[in-house]
Amino acid sequence: MLLLLVPFYPGAASGQGSVKLTFWSWRAEDKWAYDKMIQVFQQKNPGITVEFIPFKQTEYNTILSTALTGGKGPDIIHLRAYGGLETFTAPGYIAALDYETVPELKNFSLTIMEGAKGRKDGKIYGVPFASQTIVIYYNKKLFAQAGVTVPKTWDQFLGIMKTLKDKGILPLANGGKEGWTLEVLSGAILPNFYGGSTFFEAVTRGQTSFKDPAYTGALAKLLELRPYMNPNFMGVDYATMQQLFLNEQAAMFIGGSWEIGFFRAQNKNLDFDVFASPPVKAGTIPWVSSFNDGNYGINAKTPYMEQAKKFIRFTATREFGQMFADMLAQNSAVPGVVIKDPVLKHVQEMNRKATPYIMLVGFRWQAPTGSTLLQNALQAMMAGQKTPEQVGEEVTRGLSAWVDAFRGR
Amino acid sequence: MAQPLAPAGLPARPLRPSRLSLRAGRRLWLLFFLGPATLLFALFMTYPILSALAFSFYGWEGIGRRGFVGLANFVRLFATFPYSQLLANAFWHNVLVFILTMLVQNITALGLALLLARGPWGTKVYRVIFFLPVTLSLVIVGFLWALFLNPIFGIVNKLLAEIGAAALGRAWLGDPQTALIALILVNAWRWVGFPTIVFLAGINAVPDEYLEAARIDGAGEWQTIRHVIFPLLAPAVTIIVLLTFIGSFNWFELPYVMQGVAGPPNRATDVLSLFFYRLAFGEVDTGLQDIGIGSAIAVLMFVLLVAVSAVAAVLLRRREVEMA
Repeated sequence: MLLLLVPFYPGAASGQGSVKLTFWSWRAEDKWAYDKMIQVFQQKNPGITVEFIPFKQTEYNTILSTALTGGKGPDIIHLRAYGGLETFTAPGYIAALDYETVPELKNFSLTIMEGAKGRKDGKIYGVPFASQTIVIYYNKKLFAQAGVTVPKTWDQFLGIMKTLKDKGILPLANGGKEGWTLEVLSGAILPNFYGGSTFFEAVTRGQTSFKDPAYTGALAKLLELRPYMNPNFMGVDYATMQQLFLNEQAAMFIGGSWEIGFFRAQNKNLDFDVFASPPVKAGTIPWVSSFNDGNYGINAKTPYMEQAKKFIRFTATREFGQMFADMLAQNSAVPGVVIKDPVLKHVQEMNRKATPYIMLVGFRWQAPTGSTLLQNALQAMMAGQKTPEQVGEEVTRGLSAWVDAFRGR
Repeated sequence: MAQPLAPAGLPARPLRPSRLSLRAGRRLWLLFFLGPATLLFALFMTYPILSALAFSFYGWEGIGRRGFVGLANFVRLFATFPYSQLLANAFWHNVLVFILTMLVQNITALGLALLLARGPWGTKVYRVIFFLPVTLSLVIVGFLWALFLNPIFGIVNKLLAEIGAAALGRAWLGDPQTALIALILVNAWRWVGFPTIVFLAGINAVPDEYLEAARIDGAGEWQTIRHVIFPLLAPAVTIIVLLTFIGSFNWFELPYVMQGVAGPPNRATDVLSLFFYRLAFGEVDTGLQDIGIGSAIAVLMFVLLVAVSAVAAVLLRRREVEMA
């Protein structure tokens, strides 16, 4: 493995007078956009070239870990956020940044910046590239066909799903074969019932746990969705969910804002929009779960620290953010970027009342992660093998391995 | 062996040096053939196993190795929730895979081999058909069956609906009650040809005189199988039982391809290798690495496989009868 990686080692690629930076990523599908953004950077910074090298998503972490532990790796690194970032920063593989190097970071949203910091030392290790929000997608044509409109309350939501079902339209594309899609589902539905950021603050500070009736009561709401999914939804995987929505076989898809670009690319005729999971009472602005999707960081061992810092600073500029949002249909983390995609614009508006995506932001710092625990417990709950209370108890118990406040609760 | 005769006209070479050089030459040849394999084995098997053993005694912070912690990783694995439960759960699934594979795959294989040994019309064609899935890539088999078993687009539920049994349709791979069984059956479908061929070779190797003698003594079909063929088939059984055991406890590819690393739903298809993989390498986007515990699992699996294989090999060998 190491032998294969040697050619990518920056030291091997230095030319005379000009410096070539390597940039590793797991976003193979975005290479075309990164190449264009890099061209803009290169025009402004003669003498520095950047090569974007993507790897398969499922293998990226292993390849990156192997390279970094071997003292190699790229100069610029596409990194995840929160605990996925900590894995690399805690052992000292990533160079710390500050407001002097990247002054633009001062204007970034504080919530998003949380995902760019090391938990242990509080230092900044990357420039966030996008924020993601969990929303409910709906097919406008199928809604019109069934004569239903975007619901204002939870009861209306259940009501329109019943109407859709009675008219022979599958209301929800969602399934449970892959646990993470259930965590996403919970990220959409739960915050309005557990009280959004108030509960998030309380549970991350250890003032309460996931056994709190506010949380388990919210979990129970997920069970109300079961009649509106495919009868065999536990066998429906992520790809099938996407197909059901793309082929207009299901009216709604509960998922992340990262789907917008994919939906547009796969079915140009799909007329869709998004809404936030409706609150209990009409008139209340609903909570949406959102999070920092990941960061660009610098290898602490790069021989070209100055040049790498220049590139990293470029990724924090509005110019970069605008190109990023325009080309990839993603919510750039750079403040002030004007979103043109109408659906993404709705997502941006919903983000005014955003709460952290609870397990990723608060409990994915050590193994066993809150996500792993919740995903499996949710599969059992949705399959009818566990009650919401048992889910809350299992998640709390599992987390008590490293969350001191949960011990003995 | 007689002494080699010197060709006419040449003086006979003295015996000692030629023997020595013969032995040295043979050694060189042995080294030549075994060397590369040994080197590769050492590099890709021995070294990783030893490093996993070393890793399991250290504390880890992300991907960074920290201080020596003794048996702490093993203690965490055996004594803390959820690891202790996950370990027991995954181990139990490996046991189930072994038992059910023995019952479903290997007994079917024995039956097929007995039928094929009688040489029915089209024996060769059947042999090819049974063996064909073994030659397919496991990844392709996994993807195909995952598609067949898809509750919405899959052919299995559609066929059931076609014959009026739609109520039997299920979320095969997503239902905690059927997921593991489905994987075991797909695995058996893929592999059944292999033990069939091994058993068939074993049956064909039974000398005809034995069968004839049994028939003359008045033994019926079943008695011949039970008292003549089975005892002589023991070496083949030993191999198959051992390979099934090792395969069941190393089971990774098929559950990985069809279900991913999490062993869903709710660990219903989790096995030791997946459990190890998740902790050593992490789950994309959801779980973090815990290299210490991951290495501890790898060490346990290795010890278990070596110990059981060694004991089983000795025990099963004893039951074998020589075809003198």
